[in-house]
Amino acid sequence: MSDYLVQFNNISKFFGKVIALKDVTMRLKKGEIMCLLGDNGAGKSTLIKTLAGVHKPDEGEIIFEDNKIVFDSPKDALDIGIGTVYQDLALVPLMSVTRNFFMGREPQKGIPFLKTFDVEKANKIAADRMGQIGIDVRDPSQAVGTMSGGERQCLAISRAIYFGAKVLVLDEPTSALGVHQASMVLKYIVKAASEGLAVILITHNVHHAYPVGNSFTVLNRGKSMGTFQKKDISREKLLSMMAGGEELDKLEVELQEMDRIHNKN
Amino acid sequence: MSLKSKSISSKSSLNEDERLKKISPLRVLLNRPELGALGGSILVFIFFGIVAGDTGMFSAYGMLNFLDVSANLGIIAIAAAMLMIGGEFDLSIGSMIGFAGICIAIPAIYWGWPLWMSIVFAFAMAVLVGYFNGIMVVKTGLPSFIVTLAMLFILRGLTLAITRLITGRTQVPGLRVLIEDDPLAWLFATDTFKWLFNWLGSLKLIELRTDGTPLATGIPPSVIWFIALTLFATWILMKTRYGNWIFASGGDKVGATNVGVPVGRVKISLFIGTAVASTIFACIQVLDAGSADTMRGTLKELEAIAAAVVGGCLLTGGYGSAIGAAFGAIIFGTVSMGIFYTDVDTDWFKVFLGAMMLIAVVFNNYIRKKVTESK
Repeated sequence: MSDYLVQFNNISKFFGKVIALKDVTMRLKKGEIMCLLGDNGAGKSTLIKTLAGVHKPDEGEIIFEDNKIVFDSPKDALDIGIGTVYQDLALVPLMSVTRNFFMGREPQKGIPFLKTFDVEKANKIAADRMGQIGIDVRDPSQAVGTMSGGERQCLAISRAIYFGAKVLVLDEPTSALGVHQASMVLKYIVKAASEGLAVILITHNVHHAYPVGNSFTVLNRGKSMGTFQKKDISREKLLSMMAGGEELDKLEVELQEMDRIHNKN
Repeated sequence: MSLKSKSISSKSSLNEDERLKKISPLRVLLNRPELGALGGSILVFIFFGIVAGDTGMFSAYGMLNFLDVSANLGIIAIAAAMLMIGGEFDLSIGSMIGFAGICIAIPAIYWGWPLWMSIVFAFAMAVLVGYFNGIMVVKTGLPSFIVTLAMLFILRGLTLAITRLITGRTQVPGLRVLIEDDPLAWLFATDTFKWLFNWLGSLKLIELRTDGTPLATGIPPSVIWFIALTLFATWILMKTRYGNWIFASGGDKVGATNVGVPVGRVKISLFIGTAVASTIFACIQVLDAGSADTMRGTLKELEAIAAAVVGGCLLTGGYGSAIGAAFGAIIFGTVSMGIFYTDVDTDWFKVFLGAMMLIAVVFNNYIRKKVTESK
């Protein structure tokens, strides 16, 4: 029995000639928050979809609780406990909090063939769960469209946890949020990890990732540049790695050069 | 310290009270999709009550008359509304009505099938057509507008071509004699509550014919179907898991798929629903008239969509109600019949229909913004 809850070993994914991912390895323990950092086009989306069972990896293996797993569909990933919260959150603004919370997995009651959606039970659970993370849902039948961005994000995460996620995959959970809202979401992520979940936090915002992460995997042009424990790496080093450090260095040199010419004249 | 915590707790409970009060009953009502159509229905009744109150429009016979028209439209409008909530359109409803009509009439008259078998055959064809519409939309990802527009032409053409090929004409009469003793046809051809009308007639509370029987003989089958379908559709939408899937599929297809809603299956079943509703409509009409006509149901798809829109369905999907569509159908049915009782030229009905729809769309759009805006 290894320490790891879930391991993604040497994952590769090709689309025709394009190498979207090459030999990416990530291993997570319970209660660990791993931040997956990368610039646009680094392959983050492909990796998420591979974790969530949307894409099948062309190479590599996924090991969950010491069993090798092959996902045929997103449902398989959900069933074993990999809950993915996409950037669009899979929330319908026109539907109520409750109807969104239980979308696709509605509790039922009644006799076979005449089963009804147990709205009261669903309302109660949804309000309870949202209350636990400090979001006071005045009325669980209110439309999700009336909630703030941070609240929606928390609703989506809370839903994934309620439905048995052991590994949470969060796609840019703070990208569209203001400082206050983002910190509310990050706080909730830390709380979820402290309760024993493994969290993969995908972001390009080092300032959001660094305070909450335990380890950091940097993705650049489809390849992993390695996984680093927090104590081994600084925020600045991470930032320069994910942007392709040389590029920024080059830019700096060029700017200095321009400055020098400018001063001369 | 204890004082402080006390004041906080009392404040927070006060806060909660305030928050609950903020949602006024009016606001709750405004958030319901059927509000517009309900208000519209009331206005229409008040209008005709004033303009045509003494003309016989609101006699038992007159009322059954416009209820029958409303109910017929309502049957297809409810199915169209459910499909619209699920995020798709069906423009082949009208053609399906014509097609179902000849699917009943030709086997019954020309091939000697018993009537019930022809009716079952028509419903089987409806399921096939609906399934085909659905699978085309789901598999190709093309807009349902285009796929069902194609089906509109295909079905109408098939109806005309097959009927002319087999019968040499475009109408198939002679069904009325087959209705009697048929084990299935009564479902679509029986007036109910006759005893009630006879009793009311014997008390001279409703108009009588010269031979002493009441002018209105009973509730037409369309009205019973209409009420039953409205209740059934509302139950599905509000009270079942499948209902939640319909809202989810129309509200956000990708999101719904990601959380495990079988969006494709939901949409296909809704397309089957509109085709089956068209066939119910056709059964009632064909058995009432005793004949099938290849042009039956022309433009009905647009009336059904108009009724659904007036009933609060958003064109973009994910929002609406069956009760709203039912009231939308009542508005159109009442006006289309009521206009005969007024001095207004009936040509103006279409103007009203269009204006009503425009107002409804603007109103719905406003409601949607209200519902989704952050507080």
